Amino acid sequence: MAVKLFIDAIRDALVYEMRQDDSVFVLGEDVGLRGGVFRVTQGMIDEFGASRVIDMPLAESAIVGVAIGAAAYGLKPVAEIQFADFIMPAVNQIISEAAKMRYRSNGDWSCPLVIRAPFGGGVHGALYHSQSVEALFYHIPGLKVVVPSTAADAKGLLIAALRDPDPVLYFEHKGLYRLIKDEVPDGEHVVPIGKAAVRREGTDITVITYGLMVHYVLEAAEELAHAGISTHVLDLRSLLPLDRDAIIEAARRTGKVLIVHEDNKTGGVGAEVSAMIAEEALYDLDAPIARLCGPDIPAMPFSPTMEKFYMLNPAKIADAMRTLAAF
Amino acid sequence: MSKQTAVRHREIGLSDEQVLDMYRTMILARALDERMWLLNRAGKLPFVVSCKGQEGAQVGLAFALDPTRDYVAPYYRDLGVVLRFGQTARDVMLSGFAKREDPNSGGRQMPGHFGSRKNRILTGSSPVSTQIPHAVGMALAARMRNERLVTYTSFGEGSSNQGDFHEACNFAGVQKLPVIFFCENNLYAISVPLARQVGCERIAQRAEGYGFPGVTIDGNDVLAVYEAARTAVNRALDGLGPTLIEVLTYRINPHSSDDDDRVYRSREEVDEAKQRDAIVTFGAYLRSTGVLTADKEQALLRDVEQVVDEATAYAEQAPYAEPQEALGHVYAQ
Repeated sequence: MAVKLFIDAIRDALVYEMRQDDSVFVLGEDVGLRGGVFRVTQGMIDEFGASRVIDMPLAESAIVGVAIGAAAYGLKPVAEIQFADFIMPAVNQIISEAAKMRYRSNGDWSCPLVIRAPFGGGVHGALYHSQSVEALFYHIPGLKVVVPSTAADAKGLLIAALRDPDPVLYFEHKGLYRLIKDEVPDGEHVVPIGKAAVRREGTDITVITYGLMVHYVLEAAEELAHAGISTHVLDLRSLLPLDRDAIIEAARRTGKVLIVHEDNKTGGVGAEVSAMIAEEALYDLDAPIARLCGPDIPAMPFSPTMEKFYMLNPAKIADAMRTLAAF
Repeated sequence: MSKQTAVRHREIGLSDEQVLDMYRTMILARALDERMWLLNRAGKLPFVVSCKGQEGAQVGLAFALDPTRDYVAPYYRDLGVVLRFGQTARDVMLSGFAKREDPNSGGRQMPGHFGSRKNRILTGSSPVSTQIPHAVGMALAARMRNERLVTYTSFGEGSSNQGDFHEACNFAGVQKLPVIFFCENNLYAISVPLARQVGCERIAQRAEGYGFPGVTIDGNDVLAVYEAARTAVNRALDGLGPTLIEVLTYRINPHSSDDDDRVYRSREEVDEAKQRDAIVTFGAYLRSTGVLTADKEQALLRDVEQVVDEATAYAEQAPYAEPQEALGHVYAQ
């Protein structure tokens, strides 16, 4: 057990799995000598060579499409999309192909593929280096979607994704890379896909969130604790599948639910979480379900004033939490 | 036909048995295609898509591949290829009738959406060209595993405009992967003719931009297609990289059972193409060489008809999937 940065935990998982499973390989733009634009794959080409750390031509559909072919063949590719914003050219391959290979072949073929993509804003990334794209894929049966918020989960969820027999989208918030560090188990460490985690026990209000927002919510919860408001915090970790039982349990715990995500509100993951609670725990609620999300604009602007306006922060979240607590 | 050309297939290393096998595969593909079209018109199959006119090119190519070694990612017209790779008439009819036992998809997909692991046929979809990077990925994986094989993928000339074609060819060229890109240029992408699809003269010219050879072959010349394919296979196996083979062929039927081609091409044009159809010309060649005797031909046609009859009867009576089976195989169970 050692304290590690979020970004180092991701590399740990890749290296750990590549050392013991020679079917695992990574492919993406600049992943070789450059070690990825964020340095996630730094040094890996030295250990595993250019045949397992493949610098791909600048063509996202080929990155995913080639990975799908290799996965169908029996290897375990990890396709890196440099920024989640640039996943769009590969969406046909992800949704029409990866998500449907098992289904359309009646279980004959499968696609054990992992797609890693840095997402999220607050890093002066402007419209096309800041987006949250999870809701686009969240709708698609056949895919799995995970979003770690801690270094330990970054490792454990990635190892789980690499061993999963189906395609997994692994979205890593780029704001967490060097912001967060925590205890990461050495060696074998698997966090099962589909299991949420309670990050803080509380009795007055429940906040359900994921990604970078987990940390903002915990900060806000700490602040509210000084005012005597006790917050229960659920980190979803897996968006597809959602941990239905954990969501319902967390909602019933306090009867007041706030869902927080950086992604814009309309059609976001929060809408589904909210619907689940409405379907199964409506009569346990003491307040309408609240959502605090990014505004419904195409993406966050470059200008610092407008970027700050887009992004949630602990203060905005604390305000929403206080409002809910006072209901 | 002169004595010299009469033994052309032997000169390129094909035995009489092999060319008869090729011809039988073409005839079987044609018979299945025509039967399915008929069943569609009779209201028994909701949708069919045709290989008619392209069987010769498909079979010429497929016989240069090794069905026990290579992988194919075919497009929806490639009936001739999947028959060579071990799909049976019964498999094809089960797919047409969308029955549970259909090895391609258990009745989930339209006919022409081939795929079966045991036959080394990768599962395909309807959005065109998506299979092209898959074939490249399989070739990459095979090389990583030190497996000496080639992967094959096919598509129409219209599909060669898709980004996936370009992206896949480019990467295969960079990595010199053992892939055969097979463009079945049948002159129409549904209704839009070649000249309105591409600005270049030949699809094969595109290969130059990817750094590997591109050749254009008469798709009705089965033996020429076989030879070009064999050259490409050897090149791939020798580690020299991919080849783009374009065959000039013709889609005798409308695009699908729901299309009406009378609005975009003349009957004269279609009739003229029928004269050049490889089923006609290859049959004539085999007769002229004495390989296909009248007795053999009658036996072959009788046998194929019987196989198609049996497959149709079997598939028509085979059970559908239970409704709730629609819920299965979304994820590993």
